[in-house]
Amino acid sequence: MLEVINLECVRGDRTLFKDLNFAADRGTLIELRGPNGSGKTSLLRIICGLATPAAGEVRWQGKNIRALGEEYSGSVAYLGHQNGVKHELSALENVKLASGLSGCALTREQCQELLTRVGLRQQNLPALLLSAGQKRRVALARLLSINATLWILDEVLTSLDDTAIRMTRELISEHLENGGLAIIATHQELDLSVQRVQRIELA
Amino acid sequence: MTSPSMFSMFRCLIWRDLLLAWRRRTDVLATMFFFIIVVSLFPLGIGPEPQLLRTIAPGVVWVAALLASMLALGRVFGNDYEDGTLEQLLLTPQPLYLVVLAKVLAQWLVSEVPLVAIAPLLGLQFGLSQNTLWVMTISLLLGTPVLSLIGSIGAALTLGLRAASVLVALLVLPLYIPVLIFGAGAIESSVAGNEAQPYLFLLGATLVLALAFAPWATSAALRISLE
Repeated sequence: MLEVINLECVRGDRTLFKDLNFAADRGTLIELRGPNGSGKTSLLRIICGLATPAAGEVRWQGKNIRALGEEYSGSVAYLGHQNGVKHELSALENVKLASGLSGCALTREQCQELLTRVGLRQQNLPALLLSAGQKRRVALARLLSINATLWILDEVLTSLDDTAIRMTRELISEHLENGGLAIIATHQELDLSVQRVQRIELA
Repeated sequence: MTSPSMFSMFRCLIWRDLLLAWRRRTDVLATMFFFIIVVSLFPLGIGPEPQLLRTIAPGVVWVAALLASMLALGRVFGNDYEDGTLEQLLLTPQPLYLVVLAKVLAQWLVSEVPLVAIAPLLGLQFGLSQNTLWVMTISLLLGTPVLSLIGSIGAALTLGLRAASVLVALLVLPLYIPVLIFGAGAIESSVAGNEAQPYLFLLGATLVLALAFAPWATSAALRISLE
């Protein structure tokens, strides 16, 4: 489903990685590991389609993601270092607008349900007043609201507490069981009870 | 992607930007007061000579509109860039052209329409006739969307740079010159008692051109800036 072919990434005059190849099907978890500065975030941004690789290509269902364009971005959900949460809007408004912008507008009740699922009670407070972990939870609720096949998560567990980490693991497992695909860059152990795990080490 | 859902996403984005502008309304008010003050300083500084005021009015109003719209440019993509929502917008399943168009339209509604609405009142300070005030309003209505469209290219190119606000001015102000000439020209010819229509047609033509090309350029600039 997702194929990465001979990918090369250059930052400044430094080659971060070269001739990177892997492929994954539905239900697979790809764990991306490597020390700081090894190009994990760059790789994720290339797979999202936000950045262009120096060489090689990323294919989704056999087609280059550049050629697929919006069709591809509709099946991707990206959660990077930034949460993508608007401070002026409440958690509820954030999730509701994000779902509307991704083309599958949810009702207020559905958004409340998602936020309850990620354990956020202060749903009507401006996001500015939420803690870092709570904002991360809003971002997770947004992830659930977009209904994407491919989840691309960059250090998703940062600033989350123990309960939230457990919950995130459950969400990821569930996503994979439902035929989704996830790429996760992390330093922490994920310990997921998933059958198909692929590890990719960047040097 | 069906077109009704594309339209609803377009509407959703405009609604989001209007809501955000309402939550940060001081920003919007600041732009409007800047415009009011700059335009009002001239009659105060130059004195109450009606003929002179009528002569400088077209240039003053348009230069003030240009500067005020520059002030608002940093906000078109700046806030979304900082909190990561711009990345998310790039990853939504709609053409980037439409995302840009929705954002520029929202910016125009929020920052420029109030200027157009208040301009006739300010024109009274310069002793302009009613007919000229109409011409002024129409020229602003046609010209300010061009400012927003062209400005969005500069705003997208300078995203995340340190001296962004200065750089935007240097990039965008020269491109504003045609709008300034046609806009001020329309009011001038109306003050002189001539037909203003040719200038308004030219402004309309610039608007069509900007609508067709500026969002493409802005989309490309956004992709480069977010790389």
